[in-house]
Amino acid sequence: MERKIRVLVAKPGLDGHDRGAKVIARALRDAGMEVIYTGLRQTPEQIVGAAIQEDVDVVAMSILSGAHNHLFPRVVDLLKEKGVDDVLVIGGGVIPDDDIPGLKAAGIAEVFTPGTPTSVTIDYIKQNLKRKA
Amino acid sequence: MAHAPLLAERARAQDARAVARLISMVEREDGSRLPELKALHQWTGRAHVIGITGPPGAGKSTLTDKLVAELRGRGRTVGVVAIDPSSPFTGGAILGDRIRMNRHATDEGVFIRSLATRGHLGGLSRATAETVRVLDAAGYQDIIIETVGVGQSEVDVVRLADTIVLVSVPGLGDDIQAIKAGVMEIGDVFCVNKADKDGAERVIREIRAMLETAVLNGAATRFSELYGALAAMGLGPDAKAGPGPGAGEASFAGAAAADEDAAGGYFQAGAAHHIANQARGHDELALPPVLATVAETGQGIKELVDAIKAHEAGLAATGLLAKRRVENLAWELGKAAADRILSGLEADERRGYLRAQAEAVLGKKTDFYDALEAIAQSLRAGS
Amino acid sequence: MNDMDAVKKGAEAYEAGVEKSLGKFPERKKDFVTGSKAPVARLYTPVDTAKIDYLRDIGFPGEYPYTRGVQNTMYRGRFWTMRQYAGFSTAEESNKRYKFLLEQGTTGLSVAFDLPTQIGYDSDHALSQGEVGKVGVAIDSLADMEILFDGIPLDKVSTSMTINAPASVLLAMYIAVAEKQGVGADKLNGTIQNDILKEYVARGTYIFPPEPSMRLITDIFAYCSKEVPNWNTISISGYHIREAGSTASQEVAFTIADGIAYVEAAVKAGLDVDDFAPRLSFFFNAHNDLFEEVAKFRAARRVWAKLMKERFGAKNPKSWMLRFHTQTGGSTLTAQQPDNNIVRVAIQTLAAVLGGTQSLHTNSKDEALALPTEDSVRIALRTQQIVAYESGAAETVDPLAGSYYVESLTERIQAEAESYIAKIDSLGGAVKAIEKGYVQQEIQDAAYAYQMDVESGERVVVGMNKFQIKEAPPKGLLRVDPIVGEQQAAKLKALRAKRDQAKVDAALAAVKAAAAGGDNLMPPILAAVKAYATLGEICDVMRGVFGEYQQKVIL
Repeated sequence: MERKIRVLVAKPGLDGHDRGAKVIARALRDAGMEVIYTGLRQTPEQIVGAAIQEDVDVVAMSILSGAHNHLFPRVVDLLKEKGVDDVLVIGGGVIPDDDIPGLKAAGIAEVFTPGTPTSVTIDYIKQNLKRKA
Repeated sequence: MAHAPLLAERARAQDARAVARLISMVEREDGSRLPELKALHQWTGRAHVIGITGPPGAGKSTLTDKLVAELRGRGRTVGVVAIDPSSPFTGGAILGDRIRMNRHATDEGVFIRSLATRGHLGGLSRATAETVRVLDAAGYQDIIIETVGVGQSEVDVVRLADTIVLVSVPGLGDDIQAIKAGVMEIGDVFCVNKADKDGAERVIREIRAMLETAVLNGAATRFSELYGALAAMGLGPDAKAGPGPGAGEASFAGAAAADEDAAGGYFQAGAAHHIANQARGHDELALPPVLATVAETGQGIKELVDAIKAHEAGLAATGLLAKRRVENLAWELGKAAADRILSGLEADERRGYLRAQAEAVLGKKTDFYDALEAIAQSLRAGS
Repeated sequence: MNDMDAVKKGAEAYEAGVEKSLGKFPERKKDFVTGSKAPVARLYTPVDTAKIDYLRDIGFPGEYPYTRGVQNTMYRGRFWTMRQYAGFSTAEESNKRYKFLLEQGTTGLSVAFDLPTQIGYDSDHALSQGEVGKVGVAIDSLADMEILFDGIPLDKVSTSMTINAPASVLLAMYIAVAEKQGVGADKLNGTIQNDILKEYVARGTYIFPPEPSMRLITDIFAYCSKEVPNWNTISISGYHIREAGSTASQEVAFTIADGIAYVEAAVKAGLDVDDFAPRLSFFFNAHNDLFEEVAKFRAARRVWAKLMKERFGAKNPKSWMLRFHTQTGGSTLTAQQPDNNIVRVAIQTLAAVLGGTQSLHTNSKDEALALPTEDSVRIALRTQQIVAYESGAAETVDPLAGSYYVESLTERIQAEAESYIAKIDSLGGAVKAIEKGYVQQEIQDAAYAYQMDVESGERVVVGMNKFQIKEAPPKGLLRVDPIVGEQQAAKLKALRAKRDQAKVDAALAAVKAAAAGGDNLMPPILAAVKAYATLGEICDVMRGVFGEYQQKVIL
């Protein structure tokens, strides 16, 4: 059977602006992916626990509150701690360009800022999966 | 690619990544899962498998979340298989059950996995069965299967369970109609969730009426089989009936008291209805528990778990657990065999053969029944 | 008077003529739509407004049904309040920003709180990590609030606080600070957002389930009607519903449906509608489609007035008036070519002013990138001042009234909103519709459709999906020092060591008793605040009694 791309879409932190997360969840679904949606106010620990149990290929996170520099790298670190090195971690939200190099250095594969078409994110995921079928 | 069942070994040690990876292999029907599942086989059959089914909007996810918490409080480790539909158009899915349950994601004693139906409900019951076996072998003591809704496909999925909880809820309009009598008959424990909403009492009454009708009509229900066996062991209505605390109403206290004889607990949970039945003149009617819950606040959850556990104890005490598992597995084997035969028939070369036979029938070279016999012969020879 | 038959014939002839020439002179596209995707006709004429009865449907400013505005002279009397939402980092930093804004000519303060404050967690709570001081100021206790308003006379400014689930706690702190300044609660002017229903559907800073949340709100209504009579006890918000992706009609409909739920809850709690309704206020968005937005504000006033008068039997004209604050549309701003946002905000400002807003926040051009800098905040404020002093839009009342197009749009939005409200009524009201996920589903469908239109290019966003350029990353964005979290945690530690713990415990016990019983929660919360119980402690006590809300997501 064909391999389904599984994506965890998560909102870490306390911000409740989930328009973007929901739109991307639907767009990924419409692109044939299986999206595990966690809802709001997720701790990095919960995100990593869910990512492992759901055996996802991608963890996609969205933050609009400015807490990205703290929370995104924390998720990557926890995944590493658990020995997970084959999951693509991407982020989106209101993220200043200046922060992006630091986030990438911390292991966030790509950062999508406001105005990114969902098709760009979809293509990025398809081309950058760390696990192949 | 043949390799040693390494994942199985890690799964046995409750390595969440290995368990998760195995389930992914199950989901995509990866042939290399077979040695792993075979290696796990000897460790299966220990978990209590609980099916949660009911119409969309019944609050099944929230209920499952609270059941997990209650079972964890009792020192049990818990696996959850939550099923959501795939889009028939794109094959994608949004699996949202975790929204309600993700607080357990950091609890090592809980493993939650979302499965998409992936467009083939027949295959889903198989994937679910194998997922349950992986979780079982990994040592999760209670395994909850939460279905998409109610319907024949859900019946197929939850019949993998030892104990089936049928969830209903007030305010879905003709909600009782959604729970068709056929589905009703598979329930072991009945639960009216959101019982703080208007109309809960009515739903409880309607469910009882339907259960009574089923019993009076002699319908083959799962619960009446257990009642018969309990009665034969002297745990029947006459031995235990009595207006205990909470009797006479489907209340939060309506389920078994923890210190009651476990096997009789299931009956005790239903005893409330026995009293009600006596008042209505059919005193032999033994009905299963119909419990009221408010999952959001946790009301009635303890009693629901009591009833679920009492049901399991009843099955164990009467020997029905083993019997039911034989039946379930026989059914699953039959389905798997049928699937295999079907996939054999659907293979391309087979289609050509079927067409040739059809042409022969239409050309009066043979008749339908001889052609059928020939096809059956060839399947046997080919397998 | 127009001869309607002649106009009708003329309009038909015009359309027939245009249709003939379309082959040679085609229009830019087949379907013309508003910003909310409603169809737009080629031409509007008196035929389109023929069914409108001026006196019944439009009327005069300051008179029922208030289509033309709630005051009789509108901005000829006084401009709208220019109120810039601000707050970040610590109370000390925000206090400086407020003083800057007052010097620059803002006429009202608008406090932004950080997310831990909005969700009732202290800065040292595990879930607060990384969030302290980020989207607003961190307030843990009365001590922070004293610093926030240091040197700002609370009897002279009006203060709006964007606070919802823990609104009673922050309002209590404000009252306590005023008291220390020697200002009585009866002298206070301002607004708390206090609108929990839109938190469930659009903004996400909920704490408690709907039922106790509605009770907290009606407790505030009851308390303020006696003790803080000039306070706007709620700002029923469509802003965030629109930001979450709704259409203009949905913004009106879902906001007013929420308003109905609050009125019903208060009436059920035994309050007389005319005792609290005059203090209800609203909060709307202003997006780019100038005419549709103006029509939206006019329709909202009409729908609300009718409801309050006819459905709730309010007798006081102040109860019929929909007074509202406006903020320009954050989701319309682009991260690309951010200077373009100044132009968008100018159009949106005009929409709010032509729509008769009572107060306005204009977004800064850099808000799609980060918190605004002082420079960009100044431009945003100057935009309001230019519209006020130079555009002429404020010189007469409701200048777009009578436009065939605007009046038709007003009618359409009213009809669509009323039909949504009827649907929500049939589901059992806003609370039930939200519990069922109906409202969320409608908003998400609109949001997704919008995104797909942008991606297909059907909807042009200048600088984003058309007219793009290569850009250097913007410089000089405002940053909140991550040290703020540690500073707040240290302050909390010192506070807990210094305060009278027995007094705190007793005050918290009183809050708990009131929460479990039925007494108005405001007095015990005020007492707890004055004893320097922290926001997190007070909210935890209520969490224990009320439980926590579980998000309803339908995708």
